[in-house]
Amino acid sequence: MVWTLNKKHPLCPQIYEQICVGIAKGEFQPGERLMSVREVAVAAGVNPNTVQKAFEALEQDGILHSVRGSGWYAGEDTAKAREVLQKIIAEKTAAYFNEMDALGLAPEAVKLYVKEWNQ
Amino acid sequence: MSEVLRCENLVKRYGNQLNALNGINLSLESGKIVGLLGPNGSGKTTLIKIINGLLTPTLGKVLIDGHEPGVETKKLVAYLPDNSYLNSWMTIQQIVDYFADFYADFRPDLALSMLERLDIRPNMRLKTLSKGNKEKVCLILVMSRNAKLYVLDEPIAGVDPAARDYVISTIINNYNPDATVLISTHLISDIEEILDRVLFLKSGNIVLDQSVDEIREEHGKSVDELFREVFRW
Repeated sequence: MVWTLNKKHPLCPQIYEQICVGIAKGEFQPGERLMSVREVAVAAGVNPNTVQKAFEALEQDGILHSVRGSGWYAGEDTAKAREVLQKIIAEKTAAYFNEMDALGLAPEAVKLYVKEWNQ
Repeated sequence: MSEVLRCENLVKRYGNQLNALNGINLSLESGKIVGLLGPNGSGKTTLIKIINGLLTPTLGKVLIDGHEPGVETKKLVAYLPDNSYLNSWMTIQQIVDYFADFYADFRPDLALSMLERLDIRPNMRLKTLSKGNKEKVCLILVMSRNAKLYVLDEPIAGVDPAARDYVISTIINNYNPDATVLISTHLISDIEEILDRVLFLKSGNIVLDQSVDEIREEHGKSVDELFREVFRW
């Protein structure tokens, strides 16, 4: 798993989102054991407390669950993780259309660009 | 969470000059990695030396786990000074033994295995190592203690990016969750991701004391960007 974090924004929610994306994309299978908090901290280059906080929030939302003395596991139900991924996609799409709007392009024109780019 | 470090109205004046520290009030709890950030001459090293009992405050007091700096607190604080105090003719093994003699909480096996991974062998003499490796040896010795408070004065000054990553992962991997790590640096962008909280020191005053995620949320910028703004001249 590659971690891309933006230092301009709080890191904890970014870890939360990236775990959700990992689950939604099937990088982590339901029930699969995740890296430990410390391993994630080292891999992502962040503070273990930040990872711990993100994992706890993920547990509260039913995306991960922890087993005392064993570690963290991806939850059986991936619906919530996929929902988070959908939200990220929607946000990024909106941001893109807003940027294009600032350049003076109507959504219809932007869609043409996207189509062209795709081919 | 308990309070590991407390400073009350701490003042340090050198001779008749301006105050190097100008009434510092501070409380650090366990389990946090805290950045002590400030430009050169802002008082970082003075504060660190007082915490370690190398300087005495002109006014005010410092408490480490409830004790004033002294023999008791040397058992609690693992200190990485900004320049090495080890004799360069010593071998790695001698240095490890030396640390084991001084500190009951030092774990020689851990230190030797971390050094081994860097291909630094017990029979090597310190003076034969590169500058970067010497700095790593010092950091490994300090992080191999089981201390309550780690005080690292400029641990990443003068190391290349790969060595910097090594330093950061060594800190993350070895501090225990009950301990506090205080890291002084002016190279903020290199280290800000691992910090819980930052203290900005400016001309002997703490001008900002905040959690890093709060900074990012409130200002929408990285700690480094905020630092550059606060200290612009």
